[in-house]
Amino acid sequence: MAGFPILTVMLLVPLVGAIACLFVKAPAARLIALAATLIDLALGVVLWANYDIGGDQWQFVESANLFAGFRYALGIDGIALMLIMLSVFLMPICIGASWQAIQKRVGEYMAAFLLMEVLMIGTFAAQDIFLFYIFFEAGLIPMYLIIGIWGGDNRIYAAYKFFLYTLIGSVLMLIAMLWMVNEAGTSAIPDLMRYDFDPGAQTLLFLAFFASFAVKVPMWPVHTWLPDAHVQAPTAGSVILAGVLLKLGGYGFIRFSLPMFPEASAQFAWLMWGLAMAAVVITSLIALVQHDMKKLIAYSSVAHMAIVIVGLFAFNVQGLEGGMIIMLSHGLVSGALFLCVGVIYDRLHTREIARYGGLAINMPKYAVLFLLFTMASIGLPGTSGFVGEFLSLAGIYQASSWAAFVATTGIILGAAYMLYLYRRIAFGQQVNADAAAMPDLSARELLLLAPIAAVVLWMGVYPESFLAPMRADIELLDQRLDRAAPASDADLVIGEAAPAAAVEPAEGAH
Amino acid sequence: MNSILIIVFAPLVAALIAGLGGRVMGAFVAKLVTTGGLFLACALSWPIFLQYLGGGVEPGVVHVLDWVRSGDMAFDWELRVDTLTAIMLVVITTVSALVHLYSWGYMEEDPDQSRFFAYLSLFTFAMLMLVTANNLVQMFFGWEGVGLASYLLIGFWFRKPSANAAAIKAFVVNRVGDLGFMLGIFGTFLVFGTTSIPEILAAAPALQGASEIGFLGLRVDTLTVLCILLFIGAMGKSAQLGLHTWLPDAMEGPTPVSALIHAATMVTAGVFMVCRLSPMFEAAPAALAFVTVIGAATCFFAATIGMTQWDIKRVIAYSTCSQLGYMFFAAGVGAYGAAMFHLFTHAFFKALLFLGAGSVIHAMHHEQDMRYYGGLRKEIPLTFWAMLFGTLAITGVGVVALHVGFAGFHSKDAILEAAWASEGAYSNLAFWLGTVAALMTSFYSWRLMFLTFWGKPRWAQSEHIQHAVHHGHDEPKDHNPPRQEDAGHDVHHAVPDPSHHEGTGGYHPHESPVTMLIPLAVLSLGAIAAGFVFSHAFLDEAAFWNGAIAYNEHLMHEMHLVPGLVKYAATIVMVLGLLGAIYAYLIKPSVPRETAEQLGPIYTFVYRKWMFDELYNAVFVKPAFWLGRLFWKKGDEGTIDRFGPNGVAWVVARGSNLARSVQSGYLTSYALVMLLGLVAAVTWVLF
Repeated sequence: MAGFPILTVMLLVPLVGAIACLFVKAPAARLIALAATLIDLALGVVLWANYDIGGDQWQFVESANLFAGFRYALGIDGIALMLIMLSVFLMPICIGASWQAIQKRVGEYMAAFLLMEVLMIGTFAAQDIFLFYIFFEAGLIPMYLIIGIWGGDNRIYAAYKFFLYTLIGSVLMLIAMLWMVNEAGTSAIPDLMRYDFDPGAQTLLFLAFFASFAVKVPMWPVHTWLPDAHVQAPTAGSVILAGVLLKLGGYGFIRFSLPMFPEASAQFAWLMWGLAMAAVVITSLIALVQHDMKKLIAYSSVAHMAIVIVGLFAFNVQGLEGGMIIMLSHGLVSGALFLCVGVIYDRLHTREIARYGGLAINMPKYAVLFLLFTMASIGLPGTSGFVGEFLSLAGIYQASSWAAFVATTGIILGAAYMLYLYRRIAFGQQVNADAAAMPDLSARELLLLAPIAAVVLWMGVYPESFLAPMRADIELLDQRLDRAAPASDADLVIGEAAPAAAVEPAEGAH
Repeated sequence: MNSILIIVFAPLVAALIAGLGGRVMGAFVAKLVTTGGLFLACALSWPIFLQYLGGGVEPGVVHVLDWVRSGDMAFDWELRVDTLTAIMLVVITTVSALVHLYSWGYMEEDPDQSRFFAYLSLFTFAMLMLVTANNLVQMFFGWEGVGLASYLLIGFWFRKPSANAAAIKAFVVNRVGDLGFMLGIFGTFLVFGTTSIPEILAAAPALQGASEIGFLGLRVDTLTVLCILLFIGAMGKSAQLGLHTWLPDAMEGPTPVSALIHAATMVTAGVFMVCRLSPMFEAAPAALAFVTVIGAATCFFAATIGMTQWDIKRVIAYSTCSQLGYMFFAAGVGAYGAAMFHLFTHAFFKALLFLGAGSVIHAMHHEQDMRYYGGLRKEIPLTFWAMLFGTLAITGVGVVALHVGFAGFHSKDAILEAAWASEGAYSNLAFWLGTVAALMTSFYSWRLMFLTFWGKPRWAQSEHIQHAVHHGHDEPKDHNPPRQEDAGHDVHHAVPDPSHHEGTGGYHPHESPVTMLIPLAVLSLGAIAAGFVFSHAFLDEAAFWNGAIAYNEHLMHEMHLVPGLVKYAATIVMVLGLLGAIYAYLIKPSVPRETAEQLGPIYTFVYRKWMFDELYNAVFVKPAFWLGRLFWKKGDEGTIDRFGPNGVAWVVARGSNLARSVQSGYLTSYALVMLLGLVAAVTWVLF
């Protein structure tokens, strides 16, 4: 593999495909898109297979100086590798999901998706902070177009809201980046991750990055763009939005906020926990009363991503690894759930839960897969959802039993809203004749869902495959956080809002 | 040791074959594969148990696969076998194999049989994973796996709204317990740095009373808080007071499910957990006191409800709840051997009672209301005898002087004697409540027998029977019968005057097919002999347990020395209960109605199950939906959106034309501006 610029190739393949799609008719565009995403998936597998676990922190490094101090620098560690794998795995599925559902402007649509893939991989692979910024922010544009052009009835409002929200933070983040580069004298992310900024400055820098990442995650209360965006987006758009775009926020926290501003991260841990605790309870309750399938799953995403946040800000290995595994798991599971919604939406053209019912009778295969993903979303042991949730919550318990307690109530509420959804869709009598007449999964649909199901179980039974590549990087991060965590931990938890509970572990036990 | 792999995974493989291939292969193959798998597992389990019964076999652990490695946290897929596991293995595989066989007859006309058998086998796999767990996380895996199977089986007739509601309720209420279990695991990991059960148990005694931990802002004794958290999980799974509300509703599932899951195995998982972790609980006396109180309270309160219900399955369900209470307070007072012994005997006689009830229901065309039974003794004699053995076992019939009796006689007496002899906190309370509950047990068990098998037939008024008579007895059974008369809504007619309802309505009940009778016969054998045969090993042999539980030699000795009156207490109350039932249901049938009227609100309170459902609906369910709507409409839409994006839009719309044109969709130009700005800024900073 030495010398072969695989990351660049992975960016170029979809880029070339995107350009090609613009100039051909619909059937050809579909094929090109599928081919490009499959090639990228194959390259991803090669990438993973050649990733040397326990080797250098940064692998497949490429670097070239461009104009005016810009550097084109790519390279990945285990964390980025896993997220890239998630992206390239979901992309062919998205193309497949759009095969028949999208009939207008197919070429442009496929181009938007392929461009999306370029930008997502670029975001995870970028080693230069400005290159990251461009990929990160530009990712908005194809998503904006996908919602705004191929979306539902209220797509303009949703697209606008999505764009407005996610742009708010980016200006602040850019200013912060400029300051950092000026201060540290480098724009290389690996160097910045080792640079110790002044704790005072960290506070402001953290908040600037927080403004951008919190919206992307999304954290309560800046989450309200997500339900609208999901509801209006076409199925594949929802899959990629929930599957990968939300992970950009979490990736931002783990790549920038935590290693670059450890003191500030510890200082603001109460803020992160507080917002996450609020999100778990509030958005789960909101999910309980939804009538729209996509909105329900969108709200559940907010609750799940909140568990990611408590995990990442638990300042220990279990929390960090748990947060990462939830991100991967949620990417798969929520993507699959949106596909499940898409399957029946394509047949009946409504997202109204009450219009369905009794689908287990006429769509048994669908009912089985939907049940599997429902259970994975609930976090049933044996599925990917459990491993992530368990590690993440075990991590936060070591930091604060209050945060752990409130976040763990999510397992009750999550079961309530997901089973309530499943019951209304798959169980009960067949009340609507048109819903009762829907055919079971087609071979194409089965082909989209089955691989996700397989990975969900794989990650649940043998998560080592996914944990191993990230282990060394999480270890490094944990060591870096170590110096901040204990000292400020005591300060953090003793607050009026969050009573002191976190200090006890060490001294209490032994 | 490798037979354990076959025991555990044969049901899984069978479940997958039957579940995924059932449609292709047909129901017969699915039934054959799953039932065969279970009988195989059962045949391999008994030798293991007998080995341990012989004594001298050391515990063994089979490593299957690594599971999670995260920092200093590590846990694997492992199968542990020791005495405790061996007991559970025979209980689970025996009852499960018999229930599989029984279901051949019971579910014969159901169109979804392969799905049913797949679920049953899946359940068995999960339960086996639970009892073979060598670490808390795998135990949790089994815990949740049985929860999933229970959810699927309660809701097996998924067209029925009440079944769906019951299934969700079971899962969600169990999750409340799981919250405790999970926090308990986290806390345990925090304190001991491991989730491995043997390592935790080895380290626990050293911490007794010597350490404190913070929990939710409080500072409390470490082991107390850990044990109580874990026990909350057990309360959910084993339907103890407060988290019991799902169990009666779970009777919506097919009756074989009730026998397997909601009587013999899954609901005893909590007892198993406490016994498995008994060295840890022993080091936390306050937690044990909590266990005792909850167990004693449950055994009492569930028995009161059991005396008032009309649905035959609900009576047995509350009886199960009550018997689980016995097991818990036995554990609470330190008699883990007695708790496990009662678990063991209860599995046989309670499964027998449920399967017998299923046979009655089968014969009565899915009528479950005992008010419409009566006089069935001569119609279905074999079922009658099976139920009779079950009743003799649960009420604890035996001869004290000779120490010979039916299964429940040995185990329940041991529990009451241990409670008397124990010096643990609240053990006296447990003894008295347990004794009173034994009286009620005898009363409601015989009440069930008399209403069902004695007296004159009262079938004519039953809608199910009428349906059967009018539509021909042999046509396929309606597996989605109208909602069973909800016990709650007809309080005024709760105790009817039986004379109005007499008559057979021209209906002729049939005895069940042989596939259903064989399990009844085998379980009858267990109900008769399990207590007598195994009493010595479970109660008096430290060597049998070989360290698998905290065996309190002193207590086990003391309990044989309790005063004579204590020894006879259980038998005395059993006879009193029997006499009461004879008087009220055979001699003077107007007594129940008059008593109910005299007690008035007290009767209503008990009849409506101590109002737990109403209370939880008012306190948890309704507020949750109300809050959800509030946060959605007033929070997200009314506040965040209004002052957030929509507010900004409002400002922008009334702002300058320039601003509007920038925001109105020329995205590419916007992106270009952004890029140029970025380039300029970077250039400015760097040079």
